[in-house]
Amino acid sequence: MIAIVDYGAGNLVSVKKALNWLGQDCAITSAPGEVTKAAKIVLPGVGHFASTAALARLGLQDAIVDAIGRGIPFLGICVGMQWMFERSQESPGTCGLGLLNGECERFPAGVKSPHVGWNQLEVDSSSRLLQGVPSSSFVYFTHSYRAPLAESTVACCEYGGRFSAAVERDYLFGVQFHPEKSGAIGLKILGNFCAL
Amino acid sequence: MLTKRIIACLDVDGGRVVKGVQFKNLRDAGDPAELAKAHSESGADEIVLLDISAAHERRATLLETVRRAARQLFIPFTVGGGIRTLEDAAAVFSAGADKISINSAALADPAVITRIAERFGSQAVVVAIDAKRLLGTSHWEAYTHGGRTPAGREATAWAREAESRGAGEILLTSMDCDGTGAGFDCELTGCVADSVRIPVIASGGAGGAQHFVEVFSEGHADAALAASIFHYGFSRITDLKQQLGAQGIPVRWPC
Repeated sequence: MIAIVDYGAGNLVSVKKALNWLGQDCAITSAPGEVTKAAKIVLPGVGHFASTAALARLGLQDAIVDAIGRGIPFLGICVGMQWMFERSQESPGTCGLGLLNGECERFPAGVKSPHVGWNQLEVDSSSRLLQGVPSSSFVYFTHSYRAPLAESTVACCEYGGRFSAAVERDYLFGVQFHPEKSGAIGLKILGNFCAL
Repeated sequence: MLTKRIIACLDVDGGRVVKGVQFKNLRDAGDPAELAKAHSESGADEIVLLDISAAHERRATLLETVRRAARQLFIPFTVGGGIRTLEDAAAVFSAGADKISINSAALADPAVITRIAERFGSQAVVVAIDAKRLLGTSHWEAYTHGGRTPAGREATAWAREAESRGAGEILLTSMDCDGTGAGFDCELTGCVADSVRIPVIASGGAGGAQHFVEVFSEGHADAALAASIFHYGFSRITDLKQQLGAQGIPVRWPC
């Protein structure tokens, strides 16, 4: 079973719908016990970085950290990916998981923000999550803050400078874009995660 | 490169698409779910479904329509028409919409923008502005209730307020151009797009590929929406995108 972690931030229906479409058994849950039992974990996230503080409050952070430690595949989407970094300028008082180094930052003043729409990926072909996804593929983004390029970056995107569009380390995965809203390419990426 | 979005709009009344459509191979050309899927497959970057009936007794029909359309749709999906409260919005989101569009309710009570944005994120809140030019000026007034009631608000100022209250995008319809097929109002679009930092979707007046080129280059639109042109004019949005690409407009193609 894939646990889709609900911490009260935004709309998780689209992610569940896409996983169901791929024939996956999945459930939206805010129960740490369910997260602990899950075969895979997806952490969606729309909205504000500060909302991730609820993960610790609800006991979900401990369950996620424990699962990651056991090698359970984990996929953070959008703010869910940003949370894997140390912190974000969006909410300086909120700690991220810190599994990846760096701070998420606001887009520079020269470009419109949020970054909304279809933009292209520059893909590291060794990525397992992005297997079969060619460079220049279009995916759908909607975000005001972005994660820096890091050692774990497996896809980057250009908008007012380059940033991490996807990260990957062992069984830890993150995507800044919304695979559940990125058409056939997005479903391919979710399918790769499900097949791990 | 961030591309300019082409958005297909379905006007729905009582669970049926009301503008005629000419897709081939559709069993039922008036079914919003089938049409949404067909538009997605032919290259639309996003689907907007506007419930133009919006009568209270039809809300259940709308939610069922949204559910059916969303099931097979894996691109962004916006639903508008008759959404007045956070609860209305929540029902539409749980039926499968990614964004809601609000117009009259936001003008009547701008705080509703903030309430929905705080719960679902700004990226999920599109404020729709129906704007009509004040005769002989470069000012536009916002209208409510499907363009029937002047709201007494200047459109650009209202767009700025909507942004400050948490709107994630502006869907800007020119009432003067809507339905003419003579082109978007690039002056209106440019005025609004240059005065906010959030994306602006231009709507009203699309008649051919050149109109899209103009509204993206002169009107500084981030996205352009059309309904009937995709039903009557271009049988495939891919044809439009190829023409835009050839004229140097960045578009998602091939999809």
